[in-house]
Parts: sequence; structure tokens; C-alpha cells
Amino acid sequence: MTNVSSVADPSAGPVSTGPAVRVGGNPFRFISRLRLGDIIAIAPFIIFALLFLLIPTLGLVVGAFQDGSGNFTLQNIIDLGTPQILASFWISIRVSAASAILGAGIGLVIALAIIRGRLPQAIRSTVMTFSGVASNFAGIPLAFAFLATLGRLGLVTVLLKFVGFDLYKSGFNLLSFWGLTITYLYFQIPLMILIIAPAIDGLKKEWGEAAATLGATNGQFWRYIGLPVLWPNLLGTLSLLFANAFGAIATAYALTGSSLNIVPILLYAQIRGDVLHNPGLGAALALGMIVITAFANIIYLVIRTRAERWLK
Amino acid sequence: MKSGKLWSWIIFGLGAGYFLLPLLATFEFSLRIRREGYTFDAYASVFSDGRFQASFSYSLIVGVCAIIVGLLIVVPAAYYVRLRAPHLRPIIEFITLLPLIIPAIILVFGYIRMYNTSSPLPLLGTNLGTDILLTLAYVALALPYMYRAVDTGLRTIDVQTLTEAANILGANQATIIAQVIFPNIIVAVLSGAFLTLAIVIGEFTIASLLNRQVFGVYMQNVGANRAFEPAALAVISFVITWGAMGMIQLLARFAPKTARRD
Amino acid sequence: MAEEFLRIEKLVKTFGGNPVVKGVDLGFNKGEFVTLLGPSGCGKTTILRMIAGFERPDSGRIVVEGSDISGLAPNRRKIGMVFQAYALFPNMNVADNIGFGLKIAGMPKPERDDRVEDMLKLIGLSGYGKRYPFELSGGQQQRVALARALAPSPRMLLLDEPLSALDAKIRVSLREQIREIQRELGITTVFVTHDQEEALSISDRIVVLNAGNVEQFGKPFDIYNRPATKFVATFVGTLNTLNATVTDAASRTVRLGDATFAIPALPTSASNGDAVALTMRPEAVSLANGVARDIVLEGKVAEVAFLGSVIRLKVDLGGNTISLDTFNDQRTPPPAHGTPVRLGIASSDVLVLGD
Repeated sequence: MTNVSSVADPSAGPVSTGPAVRVGGNPFRFISRLRLGDIIAIAPFIIFALLFLLIPTLGLVVGAFQDGSGNFTLQNIIDLGTPQILASFWISIRVSAASAILGAGIGLVIALAIIRGRLPQAIRSTVMTFSGVASNFAGIPLAFAFLATLGRLGLVTVLLKFVGFDLYKSGFNLLSFWGLTITYLYFQIPLMILIIAPAIDGLKKEWGEAAATLGATNGQFWRYIGLPVLWPNLLGTLSLLFANAFGAIATAYALTGSSLNIVPILLYAQIRGDVLHNPGLGAALALGMIVITAFANIIYLVIRTRAERWLK
Repeated sequence: MKSGKLWSWIIFGLGAGYFLLPLLATFEFSLRIRREGYTFDAYASVFSDGRFQASFSYSLIVGVCAIIVGLLIVVPAAYYVRLRAPHLRPIIEFITLLPLIIPAIILVFGYIRMYNTSSPLPLLGTNLGTDILLTLAYVALALPYMYRAVDTGLRTIDVQTLTEAANILGANQATIIAQVIFPNIIVAVLSGAFLTLAIVIGEFTIASLLNRQVFGVYMQNVGANRAFEPAALAVISFVITWGAMGMIQLLARFAPKTARRD
Repeated sequence: MAEEFLRIEKLVKTFGGNPVVKGVDLGFNKGEFVTLLGPSGCGKTTILRMIAGFERPDSGRIVVEGSDISGLAPNRRKIGMVFQAYALFPNMNVADNIGFGLKIAGMPKPERDDRVEDMLKLIGLSGYGKRYPFELSGGQQQRVALARALAPSPRMLLLDEPLSALDAKIRVSLREQIREIQRELGITTVFVTHDQEEALSISDRIVVLNAGNVEQFGKPFDIYNRPATKFVATFVGTLNTLNATVTDAASRTVRLGDATFAIPALPTSASNGDAVALTMRPEAVSLANGVARDIVLEGKVAEVAFLGSVIRLKVDLGGNTISLDTFNDQRTPPPAHGTPVRLGIASSDVLVLGD
């Protein structure tokens, strides 16, 4: 015992004659207890997370504050203030927020209808399976599907023209804010259904019955109990849907090429060909995206912490 | 009460309309390639395209590699956190959720800056290096789903007791993971694998910026140059996604039934 | 009939072709504590849920204070209910839970706060108003649920197995507290349980249900001592059944083993040679040493179970086994296994039950 500890710490002198593993209040105490097997188990995950998630992202954050020769500067952040970049952030935020809020709202209503609306069990399981598929049916093929539906030659457009309504003359354009939002809803709504369904299942039947015996109407039940109980889940999903839409690029790119000026497409073009003629500005653009998605998640965490008063 | 049920049906009907119409329209569109009537020629044209075959098999290979690498990273970590370090759980879970918060385009931008030819680890300097980087990027994308699937699998079996039982019988850690834990969570693992495949097979952003000719990039090319083939590709993609999800549903029936309830 | 507070008339309910309640008629008085007792699936909970309005009867009427409420929505019935799983609203603290019904009724906040304070005092949880349900024990949660149900002064209280989820000790103390509060408020209460001991200890009257029918409706004393049917006798308490033969129907005499004796309860329809099942409670049988009873049986002790204040013996009578209870006596140890004993039974305590 004594030998081991003095070998481990030759400078410690008489103090080290105590128990070898007594590290007191050291927060990294668990490291001293790690066995070789533990290190082998956790190390690949940690190394991977550092090399392919954390450091690349932090590298961009740092890069946003560096000029061409690596010195600190705020110029990149200031340069984000051009009308083109500001407009791209604004439309990205609008599309993401609209598709997240509509997706969450519609998804909630559909989930409530299939779970609490006493529809046959078969409908519920079909909807859940389909949601699993549709929430993953994003990117390029989704754009193709909506072009075939609401594009200038799409089925719905043609059929509407057939009955005398010209969708495009009425101001609709698939390559616009609303066009993109409607397309994004195709994966946002199912994602909401998938995430919120277990939470709705968690609403106990007795809560509704107790509320009813106390005189509450169905509406009052949802206002005072149902929605407040779902609230943390709803917000969490909302921020997830927002991030999901904010970072999405493939669908918009395949729909519009680079004609629609949203942030990820701008960044994509910048990475491909330095269209902003400033590598530091690209990093600043990325930083802006990180800040906005992080912000959405921080709002969620704050509200969730407040709701945690009653969460077990 | 009666009107509530009616509303449920109306909502369901509207939802079904929104979700089925694009599928129907896409399928109809994909048959319109000939003026004289509906044919499957667009599909024939896609399947006979050499670039379709090449890009699809490349995506498949990268996807399978990503699944294998992902499992090697995730299974030991999830097992370790559950059994030996539950206090690390919030940190590990936060890390696994990062890919849902950090957009793919940010990740790949970071990679391009970090692994370029003048960096200490110039993965982008060679073709093989870039293939490896793409695979690892897909591991990152799949991390939230993979980790959750494995963790759910571990939760439904009693890891602690199984491990202790195996320990008493003289097994070491590696043997326990390979022969006791893994066979019990194989269903969960396969579910995660198919989900990963569904996500990776049509991925565009990362591959395109790494200049890899994957299925997603091929689809984008076709979309920019053809009219009816893209619709056929969308239908094919949908079927593939449905197939992957269907496999997960099918697998769920084989999940261990001896599950403990937590 | 007319002055009854709650009247249930010819109530029928079927679930998917399965009759669960088969034409039940009951009448409860104002301020009465009535228990619906029966095994699971007997229809007791369904009756309670029909009173609350969660299930709609296929036919029949539920009349409260002279008016039919069968068509009324649950939230318009002014009936308080306590559930087995507490069902407190998790997002509200104790005070908000108790005040919920008052808030819905539109009571102004200052008044509401006073009422909540009174209710907290009533259930002995003053000072717990700011806590959230998850911070309370099961017994405390159920008391809050009781206060929540009582706060809007409902005209009736329904209790759906409110004690089943609790530990044995809390179960007893809470049931005493429920009864005390019920007496204090004089509120008509319908209590559902499958636990006969609970039913006997707490109720003014008990409805014993079996397979959707009322088997017996009466005071606990009568249910226990004068069960109307074999089902009631076996479901409520322990019952001995001895197989005897009628030897002289005219004098109501039967033979059991070597003993012959008269049974006042023997039905007049019995004829000589009939097999007849005699039933009696374990406490109606005593060790005959020193006690004079008109029926004396001889047997050997087959089993001794020491239950604390009571000792339950099983005695082999040669073909029949009989259970009996004797009080624990510190000076006399219970008879050992195999000891020959003489048992005394008062013939008036012996029942002959039809099905």
C-alpha cells in the first residue's frame, strides 16, 4: 500500500502514507477507479464525439472570430449585416418557425384524434408506421414528390386548372415561403406525431374523469390539465422541429436550386465556391446558424426547468 | 361524444389526404413519360442507368460501414453508461443528441476546415480518406437514433443481473458483451441499423460537399436535368424508406419477451 | 321508496354482448354510507361509473332526489369521486388540486382559498398546500383526492376502491378517517371494494353483488350473520360446510357421523334421507370443554394456526373438517396436533343455505 502510493507520488512525503486511493473531494475521482475495460468501452465514443462533433463545430466558432491570417476580429460578425445575409436569416427563421409551429399544431391534433378520438386501433398503428416512414422521407425525393404534386405540371395543379382554378395565377408558387413550408410539413407533422404520441398516452384517463366530476368541460380539461401536462413535451418537440427545418437543405435545394435565399443554401454555395469571397464570413454564417438553433433549445430548456417543479 | 368521434374521422381524413396525395401524384407523374399513355418507362430508364447502379451501391456500402462503425462505438458506451457510470448518462445523452441540433451542413463545413490537405489529419487528401470521412459523418448523423435504439434494448433486458450472472460463471467483459448482451439486444440494434440506412441512403448535403457520388447526389443531378425520372426516383426512395421501416416493425415482433418492466 | 336519496331502477349494462349489470334495483338513504361489494367482474365498478356518468346504462334509471340523472353529462351531476390511482392533476400543487372544482364553479379566489384551507384541515394536511402530488405519499395523495372531491360540496361521494393501492396499515387508518369525515359531513357515499373486511368495518349497509346481480342488501351485521345466499356466506367471511343426512324431516333431525341433532333452520321441504349442507361461522364453534351447547361433536385437531389474538383450529370430524376460532388465553396453550377434542355448536347458529 505505502509503496504504491509513494511510487505514484514521490513528492508527497509523509502525507502519502495514508490510503493510496484517498483522493478526497476530487471531482475526477471516478477516473482513478476506471478499469482498463471501462476505458476501452467508453474511449471510442469520447474520441469520436470530440473529433467528429465537438471540435469541428468549435473550430467554426473560433474561425468566425479570425481574419485571413488567424488574428482575432469581429469583422466577420459585422459583415453578416448585409441585406442579402440578413434576408436569408429572416426567411430561414420564418420557414422554420412556420413549419415547426404548424407541424407541431397539426401533428398534435392528428395524434389526439387517433389516440383520444376513439378511432379503431388499426388506424392508430397504420398512422404510427406511416409517420415513421414519412418523417424519414425528406431531402431530394420529397422535393420531387411535391414538384409532381404542386409544381407547374403537378397533378393537383393540373386538376385544379381542369376545374377552372389556376393555382399559379392566384399567386401560389412552390418555390416560395409557403411552398417550402407546405413541403417541410410532410416530415414535420409525422415527426411531431411520433414524439408526442407517447406523451398523450401518458395522460391518464382518470384525470379527465376527475376533472369531469369536478364540473369541468372537455375544453376546461385541456386548458387546465391536458395541455399544461403536455407543455414541456410540446415545446421540446417544437424546438426540435425548428432545428430540423432550419438545417434542412436538400429539399429546398432540389426544389429551387439556389434561387431561394435561405441560410443553409447560402452556406452551401459559400462552401462550394466562396460566393461571399471571404472564408471567415462562411464561418460567421455557420456560427449564426449554431446560435439560432442553440437559442431555440435554450428557450426550451428554460421553460422545461420551470415545468420541472411538478415533473418527477 | 358522437361529434367528437366524427371530428376525429374528419381530422384523420384531412391528414390522410395531405399525406397520400403527393404519393399518388408522384406515382402518376412517373408514369407520364410517354405521350401515348401511362408506362413504366421512366423506371426502366432509371434502373438501366449505370450511374444509378453505381451511386446506389456506393451509398449502400457506406451505409453498412457506418452502421458497423456506429455499433462498435455505441454499444460498449451505452452498456458502460448503463452498468458502471449512470452519473455520466446526462452528458452522454446530450452528446448523442447534438447531431439533431447541429445541422449537417455545419458538421461538414467543420470537417472540410479540419481535415483539409494542410491539416495534421488530411483525410480529404485521398479518395479513401474522403470515403472514411463520409462514413464517419454518417455515423454522426445516425448517432441519436443508434444510441437510443441500443439504450432501449439494454433497458428492456436486465443488464445488471445478466452481467453479474455471467461474471459468476467466469466470463470476462468482452465475452459478456459479445455473447450475453449483444444477442439479447440484437433486435434493437437491427432496428437502429435499418433506421440509419433509411437516413443515409438518400443523404445529399454532406456527400455533395465532400464530392462523393452517392445516391442522393445522383438524384439531385437527375432532378436538374430530367422531367419524369425524378418522380420515379422519389417513388423508389419511398419504397426503400418504407422497406427499412417495415423491417423495423417486423423485428419488433422478435424483441425479447422476457423484458423486465422499469 | 319516495324518500330515498338515490334510487337505481332496473339498471342494465352490456359490454360487447357481455351482460355486466343485469337489472339492478337499489335505494340509498340520505347520509348513508353504502358499499358495493363483490369479486372482480361482478359489476360493482360499472354501477359506480354509471352513477358518475362515465358509462351510459343500456336501460334503467338513476334517480337522485327525485330527478332522473341518467342523461346528464358527468360534469353536470354534482357528484364527487375518488379513484383507485389517486388521479391528482400532476401539474397543480395540492391547493390548486383541491380548489379546482371551486375554480370551475367560478368561486372568487379569496373565498376559494378559505375553503381549500378548511379542506386541508379536514384531512389533516394543513401546510401541505404548496406541495406537488409527486412529493406526497400514497396515503397523503388519496386524502388530497378526497378533499378535492369534497371541496365543491357535491351531493354525493363515490369512492372507487380508494384504498387498494395503499399499504395495509395506511389502508386501515385511512378508511377510519374517510368514515369519520363522511359522518361529519353527512354526505351520501357509495364505496366500491372487493375486500369484505373493509366493507364490513366501514359501511352502514352493504350491497353484495355477483355476476351483475344483487345477492343481498343489508346491514353488515345481517350480511355476516344471516347471509341470504351461499355466495354471500362464502364471499363474506369464512364458512364451515358440513355434509349431513336428514333422518327425520318432521322433527328437523339430521345425522352427522355418529351424532344426531335437530336443526331449527332445516327447510320444511326437506325429506328423510336427503343430503344437506350445514354451514356455520368458525366463531360459532367452540371447544366444548366447559361450555354447554346443544350439538356436541368429537374429532381430532388437524391444524393449529396462531393468528395473534385468535387461534384458528382445524378439526377432523372423520369425513368432515371444521374450522373454529378461539381467543388466545395467556395461561392455556392451544391444543397440540392430534389431540382429541369435543366441539360445541348452538343449533340456532347453524344455517342451511340454498344456492
